[in-house]
Amino acid sequence: MQDSLQSTYKQLEQKSKYTNIFLRWFLYFILILFASYFIFPLYVMIVTSLKTMEEIRQGTLLTWPSALNFDSWAVAWGGRGYGAGDTFLKPYFWNSIKMVVPAVFFSTFIGAMAGYVLTKWRFKGDKWVFLFLLFGCFIPYQAILLPMARTLGVLGISNSVIGLVLVHTVYGIPFTTLFFRNFYVSIPTELVKAARIDGAGFFKIFFKILLPISAPIIVVTVIWQFTQIWNDFLFGSTFSFGEAAPIQVALNNMVLSSTSVKEYNVDMASAIIAGIPTLIVYVLAGKYFIRGLTSGAVKG
Amino acid sequence: MKTLKIKELSKNFGTTEVLRKINLEIDEGNFLVLLGPSGCGKSTLLNIIAGLETINEGNVFIDDYNVSKVEPKDRNIAMVFQSYALYPSMNVRENMIFGLKQAKTSKEKIEEQLEKVSKFLQVDQLLERKPSQLSGGQRQRVAIGRALVREPRIFLFDEPLSNLDAKLRVEMRREIKKLHQQLKTTVVYVTHDQTEAMSLGTNIAIMNHGVIQQNDTPENIYNKPSNTFVADFIGSPSMNLIKGNLKENSGDIFFVASGSNLEVPIKDYDFKDKSNLNNKEVFFGIRPEHIFFKKLHETYFEITLRADLSEYIGHEQIVTFDYANQEVLAKFSSTIKIELAKEIRLYFDLTQASLFDAQTQERI
Amino acid sequence: MLKWLEKNLPKIVMAPAVGLIGWFVYGFILWTLYISFTNSKILPKYELWGFGQYSKLWASRKWLISVDNLLIFTALFLIFCIVIGILLAIFLDQKIRAEGLLRTIYLYPMALSFIVTGTAWKWILNPTLGIQKLVVDWGFENFTFDWLVNREMAIYTIVIAGVWQSAGFVMALFLAGLRSVEDEIIKAAKIDGASLFTVYWKILLPMMRPVFFTSFVILVHISIKSYDLIVALTQGGPGISTTMPALYMTQTAFHKSQVGLSAASAMMMFMAVAAVIIPYLYSELRRENAR
Repeated sequence: MQDSLQSTYKQLEQKSKYTNIFLRWFLYFILILFASYFIFPLYVMIVTSLKTMEEIRQGTLLTWPSALNFDSWAVAWGGRGYGAGDTFLKPYFWNSIKMVVPAVFFSTFIGAMAGYVLTKWRFKGDKWVFLFLLFGCFIPYQAILLPMARTLGVLGISNSVIGLVLVHTVYGIPFTTLFFRNFYVSIPTELVKAARIDGAGFFKIFFKILLPISAPIIVVTVIWQFTQIWNDFLFGSTFSFGEAAPIQVALNNMVLSSTSVKEYNVDMASAIIAGIPTLIVYVLAGKYFIRGLTSGAVKG
Repeated sequence: MKTLKIKELSKNFGTTEVLRKINLEIDEGNFLVLLGPSGCGKSTLLNIIAGLETINEGNVFIDDYNVSKVEPKDRNIAMVFQSYALYPSMNVRENMIFGLKQAKTSKEKIEEQLEKVSKFLQVDQLLERKPSQLSGGQRQRVAIGRALVREPRIFLFDEPLSNLDAKLRVEMRREIKKLHQQLKTTVVYVTHDQTEAMSLGTNIAIMNHGVIQQNDTPENIYNKPSNTFVADFIGSPSMNLIKGNLKENSGDIFFVASGSNLEVPIKDYDFKDKSNLNNKEVFFGIRPEHIFFKKLHETYFEITLRADLSEYIGHEQIVTFDYANQEVLAKFSSTIKIELAKEIRLYFDLTQASLFDAQTQERI
Repeated sequence: MLKWLEKNLPKIVMAPAVGLIGWFVYGFILWTLYISFTNSKILPKYELWGFGQYSKLWASRKWLISVDNLLIFTALFLIFCIVIGILLAIFLDQKIRAEGLLRTIYLYPMALSFIVTGTAWKWILNPTLGIQKLVVDWGFENFTFDWLVNREMAIYTIVIAGVWQSAGFVMALFLAGLRSVEDEIIKAAKIDGASLFTVYWKILLPMMRPVFFTSFVILVHISIKSYDLIVALTQGGPGISTTMPALYMTQTAFHKSQVGLSAASAMMMFMAVAAVIIPYLYSELRRENAR
């Protein structure tokens, strides 16, 4: 009886071994299938941007370019050198940088201070204040577009980078506050109490004690804000046009402009240029990017 | 036939050796406690018995069948976890019968088992509740119930009481003891708490660095620790280990502490090996509770030591003495008045003393 | 005075954030609400006009089409994102080699803007040179794939691109959820003899209810607000067949100069979002308070 039991065990083992091997292959097959779905557009973008229009018409999406041809990248970035109607990304890329840097800085700073007060200097009704701010994460911006356009007009900063900095700073505050509040909640309040007993004041505690240990959340917040603002199209297209436009708006205009024959290679090169900064951030700091996504998940 | 037998078992995670050539046997109906500090490999050993962890070398036998490569569900075991591991989305009933359902047990049998066990553990009123609606003790009961309904050959417990508060822990400990007495099941129980181990186990295996240091009855573990690790690990405060040398003088053997001239006679000590004892470097081990303030027995050895410190802990006090610049702790009733910084006459119960080789740390 | 300042410093520091949000979020929403009850055209007028704009809105064929589109898009977007996301999360949870690399691949679209995504997919879906040509080249000579310019099908191209962008995100949420489950629960299930399928279906997925809820809220939110992707992919066309509320709102406001009507459509969007978000916030808050 012992032997028969041992052999049943053996059979069970064998059987589960084969089903396991089959399942594993199936698993990898599906995973790779989806990986190709996700990688496919990026591949197409890159190959297309390196082809000439002639090659594009003759080959298919997947065909490899005959030579590494960066002409369309040059055109996308710097234009062809003739005057009117020659749109290219370079000036708009700088617009975006000029918009992103201050907007990220201000919104992060305001959010950090707000998060600090909401967790370490609690006052009556602070929960409601937090909720009040948090709600700003969820509103559809269509509900504020009209008055914002008028306000920027009144302030004389419509169609300017400064106007966009203001818009992005304001609508970033709910998110940055959320990030910092959730981070500071997990830091023991004893730390602040100890510092107060040692005679440190409101600002000293913030700058000398909390800020130095806030590196991870600052990284998360900065990456989140950078990605959001860089990728924004709604505000950019509504509040700016022509020379003050950020890169996403310029990209869209380039692709849509129907002045001459469609140049798909230039389109793809432009799209890559517009996407590269956020992609680089994603590849370098993916962990923080994902952390921001899952905690600031509320936005689109 | 041994209910559980482990032969030459080794396990490593990458390059770290977690278990080294473990050998262990348990008879039917015994309660084996695996005791040791965290990281000693006791939980890994339990997981290997359960089949949740693979083996690098050696084998596990249940009822003399080699189950080393058998799936956990086919090993006829049940396990109770530290976090209880109740399925949060199922109510108590579903939690308890989940295993039977997976094993395609008949409906009547399931109902019968459920009724029997839930009555026995007094959870029959809670069957429709979700785990989140239960108290810690109730969750513990359900977790035990989930193991019981399967009527396994061996119960495995992985630190089941460490998530409970101190009072509840003592209560549940007694219940587990009762359970074992009534059901006479075979149990392997992992803990880092020596009181739990002492009170529950019929056998205790003390582990450290992936090696079993001593596998014995609780009495032997306490009275005859097989090395300094066990001596130090068991008891609170732990055994005094006084460094010194053995002296042989015309057939009689004495212990002399380093830095002292006092000869402590070692009579009727059960040496493993009587040869080469003269001048051997040893640790002389005596438990704080075997040092007395009064000569209660003829054989007690009188010694005078200076009292340095007294810690009051309620019904008892722990007094620290100086023995030739080595600390010696003793436990007295707190009614005794001890004058500090004074030489005080004390009595060692030498029948309870242990001797360890200073080099190998082993009992001699 | 100094004492008062010191005592109220935290509140003073808080004031800019609260003031800005109060004005730019709440104030503006109220303004939009007010305008939606007026007969404003290019410039806002402030005499009340009742529900006129709302009845005009719901009588507009374009608005009805855009609501229809939104419903179709939201349903498909939700189903595909959640199914693919869960599937990938469960598969990745099986001690997969190169898990990090695969995760990076599944999630990178999230780092791209919808404009970039739309531009790329517009080219891929190009009816002459895109996928159609690829498949024809493979030997299927009669294959046509013209969804992008087909009134009936164009909305599905937006689903394809949208799912491509967001499915990885759902995967990340579920993977994080699965990884946070205590090891001992899975061990207990193994000892109970549950198959891998049963472990996920009966134990782990029911435990993921909060993750489902979160994903649902986020995806609905994304879909109600979707604007960039449509602009880049179809501009609402062919004709008006892929218009959605967000696009309707901006077009009515800035191209047609019907400010009042556009405000009404914005308020409809606002209410739709609120209907999803308020229960969500409420349950989140309750969970936090319960802790």
